[in-house]
Amino acid sequence: MPKDGGIGAATTRREDVRFLTGKGTYTDDIQRFGQAAAVFARSQVANGLIKSIDTSAAAAMPGVLAIFTGDDFVDVGGNPAGWLINSRDGEPMKEPKRPVLAHGKVRHVGDAYAAVIAETAEQARDAVEAIEADIEELPAIVDMAAALAGDNYVHDEIETNQCFDWGWIEDNRAAVDEAIKNAPHVTTLELVNNRLVPNAVEPRSSMAEYNASDDSYVLHTTSQNPHLTRLLISAFVLGIPENKLTVIAPDVGGGFGSKIYHYGEEALVLAAAKKVGRPVRWTADRTESFLTDAHGRDHVTKIELACDKDGKFLAFRTETMANVGAYLSNFSTATPTFLHGTLMAGNYTVPVIYTNVKAVFTNTAPVDAYRGAGRPEATFSIERVIDKAARELGIDPMEIRRRNFIKADQFPYAGAAGLEYDSGDYHALMDKLEQKVDRAGFAARRAASEAKGKLRGLGINTYVEACGIAPSNLVGVLGSRVGLYDAATVRVNATGNLAIMVGAHSHGQGHETVFPQIVGEMLGIDPASIEIVHGDTSKIPFGMGTYGSRSLAVCGSAMVRATEKIIAKASKIAAHMLEASAEDVEFADGAFTVKGTDKSVGFGEVALKAYIPHEFPIEDIEPGLEETAFYDPANFTYPAGAYACEVEVDPDTGQVSIERFIAVDDVGNVMNPIIVQGQIHGGVGQGVGQALLEGAVYDSEGQLLTGSYMDYTMPRAADLPFVEIDNSCVTPCTHNPLGVKGCGEAGAIGSPATVVNAVVDALQSGGKDVTHIDMPLTPGRVWAAMQ
Amino acid sequence: MYAFEIERPETVADAAAALTGEAQALGGGQTLIPTLKQRLASPEKLVSLAGIAEMKGVCTGDDGRLCVGGATTHATVAAEAGSFPALAELASHIGDPAVRNRGTIGGSLANNDPAACYPAAVLGAGATIVTNTREIAADDFFDGMFTTALNEGEIITEVKFPVAQKANYQKFVQPASRFAMVGVFVAQTAEGVRVAVTGASEGGVFRWSEAEAALSANFDASALDGLSLDADGMIGDLHGSPAYRAHLVKVMTGRAVKAAA
Amino acid sequence: MTDISMTVNGKAVSGSVEGRTLLVDFLRNDLRLTGTHVGCDTSQCGACVVHVDGLAVKACTMFAAEADGAEVATIEGQANADGSLNVIQQAFQDHHGLQCGFCTPGMVMSAAALLKDNPKPTEAEIRDYLEGNICRCTGYHNIVKAIMAASGQDVGAIAAE
Ligand SMILES: Cc1cc2nc3c(=O)[nH]c(=O)nc-3n(C[C@H](O)[C@H](O)[C@H](O)COP(=O)(O)OP(=O)(O)OC[C@H]3O[C@@H](n4cnc5c(N)ncnc54)[C@H](O)[C@@H]3O)c2cc1C
Ligand code: FES
Ligand code: FES
Repeated sequence: MPKDGGIGAATTRREDVRFLTGKGTYTDDIQRFGQAAAVFARSQVANGLIKSIDTSAAAAMPGVLAIFTGDDFVDVGGNPAGWLINSRDGEPMKEPKRPVLAHGKVRHVGDAYAAVIAETAEQARDAVEAIEADIEELPAIVDMAAALAGDNYVHDEIETNQCFDWGWIEDNRAAVDEAIKNAPHVTTLELVNNRLVPNAVEPRSSMAEYNASDDSYVLHTTSQNPHLTRLLISAFVLGIPENKLTVIAPDVGGGFGSKIYHYGEEALVLAAAKKVGRPVRWTADRTESFLTDAHGRDHVTKIELACDKDGKFLAFRTETMANVGAYLSNFSTATPTFLHGTLMAGNYTVPVIYTNVKAVFTNTAPVDAYRGAGRPEATFSIERVIDKAARELGIDPMEIRRRNFIKADQFPYAGAAGLEYDSGDYHALMDKLEQKVDRAGFAARRAASEAKGKLRGLGINTYVEACGIAPSNLVGVLGSRVGLYDAATVRVNATGNLAIMVGAHSHGQGHETVFPQIVGEMLGIDPASIEIVHGDTSKIPFGMGTYGSRSLAVCGSAMVRATEKIIAKASKIAAHMLEASAEDVEFADGAFTVKGTDKSVGFGEVALKAYIPHEFPIEDIEPGLEETAFYDPANFTYPAGAYACEVEVDPDTGQVSIERFIAVDDVGNVMNPIIVQGQIHGGVGQGVGQALLEGAVYDSEGQLLTGSYMDYTMPRAADLPFVEIDNSCVTPCTHNPLGVKGCGEAGAIGSPATVVNAVVDALQSGGKDVTHIDMPLTPGRVWAAMQ
Repeated sequence: MYAFEIERPETVADAAAALTGEAQALGGGQTLIPTLKQRLASPEKLVSLAGIAEMKGVCTGDDGRLCVGGATTHATVAAEAGSFPALAELASHIGDPAVRNRGTIGGSLANNDPAACYPAAVLGAGATIVTNTREIAADDFFDGMFTTALNEGEIITEVKFPVAQKANYQKFVQPASRFAMVGVFVAQTAEGVRVAVTGASEGGVFRWSEAEAALSANFDASALDGLSLDADGMIGDLHGSPAYRAHLVKVMTGRAVKAAA
Repeated sequence: MTDISMTVNGKAVSGSVEGRTLLVDFLRNDLRLTGTHVGCDTSQCGACVVHVDGLAVKACTMFAAEADGAEVATIEGQANADGSLNVIQQAFQDHHGLQCGFCTPGMVMSAAALLKDNPKPTEAEIRDYLEGNICRCTGYHNIVKAIMAASGQDVGAIAAE
């Protein structure tokens, strides 16, 4: 039965039908009777002293139901940082309060200082304009180096703009300095990892309902992890007891990190729903999304690679300034540290590594994890400096990497950046890439491009990442304030079909299709008889949500464990039905059979028996068939890949076009190849976007110059080619039951350096002495670099 | 958006009568509606021109000029201006298909966005803008970024293009907005060559007279070799410096000459 | 308020709207056809694409009053009469042309408009046509492939099979 649609099948997605017919239910699609609208008053200045806010005229406007300002939230908590980082000197990071609405000061353009609740959004907007806020503009703190040097602070009370100064691994510092001092060759590169705006196409939206009869709340919100949102609201911000708050993340139109976090708007609509006694909804417009969604990346980095004459790596030393924006978003302190510094060994055997990260407050939107989160920054730095070193030493870019790869027989491998990679075969990935690239034919392709007046370049890149986030014990030691396990409940109904409640949240990843493939295979039943329930805290035991390519590796593992418990219990029931001992009963292809006999009972009959427990050994076995498992991974998982890209550069205009893109990824065992490919396509799209198109830019006054699609370049269909994908090199994860690693972020991690390496190669082939261009490689920048 | 009413007249006369006080013409809305959403304009009334049959369509006048109704959409021009291929081609690359199905030539010209495409064609071809009250030569129409010779309430009813012997428009897109970062319309006419540049200058669309002279003498891209455009007054922003734009103008002009048909 | 009436997905509908009511708001709020989405405020993302009198338009950049008397088609009316997915919708499912689904209604409506004008578009023509439809999830690979497949072209040779 399951063979067609089980593990590894290219099953098409069942959820597509509702999306393709306009029947999806996104937060903004939900309308309640009597629903009111919330609109926020947002700061026009990057840094300002709130001297007074007069809401009286606004309150008298038509349709206005209530107005909130920062004063209304002084007695509730702030939105906390989820990860404590200690500085090199042992001091804990600085954690200024992040209030629901700005109080005292506004700290970035878009910072909300008041909110109007009205009958309609347009009425609320009218009233927002009538709020008289006297905000004295202060000099904006935008540039990170200046922020660290100056005495004008984003948060006056901490008297510094440095959140922390972190060293990894601090004990290696001296050894790395020594290695670099004595190395035969040192390649140095200064680079910027450009700030990005996640830009899920669905803007954030939240709708709250309050039920006075039992003092309970329901929040519908665009979240990648509703349980964490509930926890943060309950334990830190509003103090609504968890048992009185249901958080529902219905269909969510993409997240890419930006919807992991709890935002003040969620707390505001909850408070407002209670105050006005009606459902209250807020939906961002795109301008608000640009100004207030957590941005990504934004590192200014210097990396040095020490190597010997043969290109054998001796040490990496990195200094990074990481922008955290005006407030700490929930994972903003983990992203530039434990998701970045720990990855600085790449795929290589490097004896010693040291990474220093200074996190800096600025008057800009908060910065947090965006697809890849820390790992794209690490990969970009490593792979760009390696490419530069290869050129300086005259070594082929594939060859220099091969000389330094961890070999297949060295796994598990404890790298110099502190992580132990469980499995991998980087040589196999590079061999596969080389075969697909057709290097022999490259000269002819380059000649053909040149005949058209174009320069052609080939870029090579490898990556390894840590995902399946994360072992709670490990991250606990490293400062995480939450556990990063996940949970699943498998409920077998009396008639043999299933509902599985999972803590992961699908906002495009296809859980509704893939999870049943796995359980269907395990139980030998049709996956179509299995329903996945997600995104509702009232229905699901618990969950830490979807990010860090963790859904399958962590929540999928919980689901497997719960299913194993189902099989164990069902075996006992079957044994009773078959009048055999449980040890003699085996389960295969959906049937329980007494070993060596043809006595057998189907899974469906056992399920029925569990719920109609006549002649049931009630002393030994409880009725019912439902099991829950929490799964906490033993380690991260380590997907890896080798990427290549061929670009054409128009020397007259600087325009870059991607002619080919090849992604060879080892994501562990593949549960559904079309989903895996789709994730890689999307990741590559975002990685190419970072490399060529996207960049959030603030001017010196802290105004976001790229505040709409008119100036922030989103990748369009014509910017990308078909991506050639290969997932045939598989080294299963050794510590989770499915042997899966994760594929959600790979493309975004592996592609930026691939593209930049290719452009540099193209320019060098045209005789230009260009060793690096900062992303995004817009035509204007590429042209300027050529002059 | 602030509140307003919408009127949908069926004749130019009715539209002109309705366009008094705080009323504003509504063409395809592809510029005006996003502006209204930002609350940057507060008309009390919008007068939609979309229902005025006499302002729509493409035809050839008795004098051989191609006449485009002021409320004709970009898609219609792309499909029906076959006798002036450079114009049809230009229209077919304005925005995206859905924008082209709504946006109109009159709206584009009245708006005179410094990065818009039509102003280059109108100035490059030496077209005449016909309004409900007068005719305005292209050379007198554009008055710097977002400003034109139009009076309050004046309606562009038609644009008359002399069909060039050879012409071409080359657009180098600003990657985010996909408007022109630099757009160059080159037209070879009996009176000489005209070169109109959009997207590049802080003064809006302009004619590059040195290039016109050089190309009038020798209609070949090589004629541009010795020329360079002063970067002074060119737009500088995060998409490109003034020097880059000045350089692109020359590159795009050369390409337009090569492609001119 | 102005009274308007139009045909939406073949059904006559009417309502009373303000001048500033956008077509997308009329569809979503008044008619409760929430398949048409809003993803931007600068008329660029295409999540809102519907057909008005047979032409693809951005429902966020047209007033409801302007559609008075028009024939409007939305994603909700695209399936076959028996409720099964139409050729384009089916191709999107077959080729995994959607992930979060938010851009999808606009993509399907744009694809339908393209194939009406150009029944066998090339890859480049499809990519070009989708300039006004932004997808953040798919890298467009499978969207382009699905549209090629929907037009009856063999997509077996496309990368990543
Ligand atoms: C996503 C997107 C991409 C675009 N890309 C491009 C591009 O690449 N190149 C380009 O050139 N343009 C581009 N545009 C702009 C587009 O061409 C608009 O259609 C055009 O600029 C305005 O025309 P409209 O008919 O929509 O005018 P509206 O938006 O309705 O009006 C614009 C202004 O003109 C006035 N007006 C309208 N019609 C008339 C008339 N007949 N007489 C007098 N005044 C009038 C209005 O009162 C208003 O002030 C783009 C727009 C969008 C949304
Ligand atoms: S909502 Fe973005 S184009 Fe209409
Ligand atoms: S599928 Fe998510 S935006 Fe396209």
